[in-house]
Amino acid sequence: MAPTESPPLPPIAGEEGLGGVGGLTTPVRLYLAVAQRSFRRHLAYRAATLAGLFTNAVFGVLIASVFTALYRSRATEGGGERIAGFDVAEMLVFVWVGQSLIMVLHLWGWWDVAQAVRSGDIVSDLMKPFDFYAYWLSRDLGRAACHVLVRFVPTMALGMLLTDLALPRSPLRWVAFAVSVLLGLLVAFAFRFMVNVSAFWLLDVRGVGYLAYSAVNFLSGFLIPLTFFPPWLRGIAEALPFRAMVMLPAEILLAKRPVAAALGVQLLWAVALTLLARAVLNRAIRKLTVQGG
Amino acid sequence: MGSGDGGEPMVVARGLGKTYRVATHRGGALGALRGLVDRSGRDVRAVDGVSFTVDRGEMVGYVGPNGAGKSTTIKMLTGILVPSDGEATVDGLVPWRQRKALAARIGVVFGQRSQLWWDLALVESLDLLRHVYRVPKDRFAINLAGLRDLLDLDPFLATPVRQLSLGQRMRGDLAAALLHDPAILYLDEPTIGLDVVAKARVREMLARLNRERGVTVLLTTHDLADVEHLCRRMIVIDRGRLLFDGAIDELRRRFGPHRTLVIDLEDGDPAPAAGPFCPGVDWVRADGPRRWLRFDRDAVPAADLIAAVAARHRVRDLTIEEPAIEDIVRRIYTEGMGTP
Repeated sequence: MAPTESPPLPPIAGEEGLGGVGGLTTPVRLYLAVAQRSFRRHLAYRAATLAGLFTNAVFGVLIASVFTALYRSRATEGGGERIAGFDVAEMLVFVWVGQSLIMVLHLWGWWDVAQAVRSGDIVSDLMKPFDFYAYWLSRDLGRAACHVLVRFVPTMALGMLLTDLALPRSPLRWVAFAVSVLLGLLVAFAFRFMVNVSAFWLLDVRGVGYLAYSAVNFLSGFLIPLTFFPPWLRGIAEALPFRAMVMLPAEILLAKRPVAAALGVQLLWAVALTLLARAVLNRAIRKLTVQGG
Repeated sequence: MGSGDGGEPMVVARGLGKTYRVATHRGGALGALRGLVDRSGRDVRAVDGVSFTVDRGEMVGYVGPNGAGKSTTIKMLTGILVPSDGEATVDGLVPWRQRKALAARIGVVFGQRSQLWWDLALVESLDLLRHVYRVPKDRFAINLAGLRDLLDLDPFLATPVRQLSLGQRMRGDLAAALLHDPAILYLDEPTIGLDVVAKARVREMLARLNRERGVTVLLTTHDLADVEHLCRRMIVIDRGRLLFDGAIDELRRRFGPHRTLVIDLEDGDPAPAAGPFCPGVDWVRADGPRRWLRFDRDAVPAADLIAAVAARHRVRDLTIEEPAIEDIVRRIYTEGMGTP
């Protein structure tokens, strides 16, 4: 394995792409560098990506078939062709957008910070001259960017291949959707971060985690559109931040809502949850530094 | 700024203490709920009024058994833990009040942890640290070149960290802790889990690091061989209290006054297995033709003793053994500081 002579230093990819002007670095460049490494790190998991795509495709087709059958039986019974405000073509878009966004938003199953707390590795992050929240957010944004490429795009393509998808053509609508997904990601990250940081107080974060992640599943609109809920439950769901993750982006893409208002709601939740998550983090750090964790 | 240079010591700790409150655990969900409200528990004194200084360029061993308070002390000196009492400065800063500012001036290596990104090539983690510490590019290039040479990183610089051996990973972590020219390096069990060869290699590199780059090092370990190889001075703590602070030779003199003369005798020599030889000298052990004579280093000059033994016995070979630091420290732990 060990080479007999020293290999040349491998070039660091993307170095110039970050605008390597002068020798100085700024905080923004640090977080860009973090995001970039996170992106590349996730790009390396090829087997996991393929397995994930397969799963998304299977579930996409499955859920799409259920909805198609539902709409068809409604039609033969002489019902309208809309259910809960969606026609069948829109419903299929909804289904595939949900499948495609799972990993972009990392809707569930994220334990990285909790593990760092448990293992104590968090200490070396806290000994660094950077903002802990911004550091982890950069990692998550890099990861999400990778998942747009290897999960969102292929899953949508599979959706178009396997079912009859009527996607909007207006580029502006897609831009609004992209902004909406980004805001949804900020909300999702803040929420996941808080779930993870509860590891400072709890022996095992998984109990709270599973509860929290099922809430995301149900209340974000990922499982079924919130418009399917009975009015009282829908009222609750619409008062909570979870719909900013899947429901609002999907509604923006399907032109079900005024874009500015929907983005405004998302922005408010993103700011509120980020501030809350940072406050929780500060409490956690105070606990760690005073009580020794 | 007023710090970073000048003659003041790198580390000053005065009466540093930490008391943890350990919650008394209650059973069941109700108990857990009560635990949230009721903060009663018992106090554990992890560090109890420890004072010492470390000068610039020094390499000091900070030694104690598990649970002695070593890590707690280091955590306070890195600012990750606020002490209950006492004060401290590191490079002129109060660690727990100026944690972020201090972070740029210290390097930390935990033997059982890694700050390197598991899935990326070592060089990528190192380059990320350039951004973290905002090291100017040219400075970084010089430092990396120096560390590549000193730590012999080239064979695995492009290898993902998860594929590195423990010794290689440790060298990578050392590089990661040094790229930003820290004023002080905290090493926590840097040779833990390494095989003999890797251990010797890491020790040799640490010695060079201190000698050639003048890095101040506070070395926490329970492997006393590390300290014996690397440090002239050691601080011993146990149960949160400072037991000894001084030169290792001084420790030997004070707590290990006995040296041992090991003699191989010619066949048939009647030297006894135990008993007095002369005042201050005793036969203590026998194994075949080999005998052990314990003597007081202050009372009996080694040369005189050898002459006396040679006059009475037929000696084929002999050596003098110093007490192992390990044994001395174990005695300090078990017997305390009373005259040994």
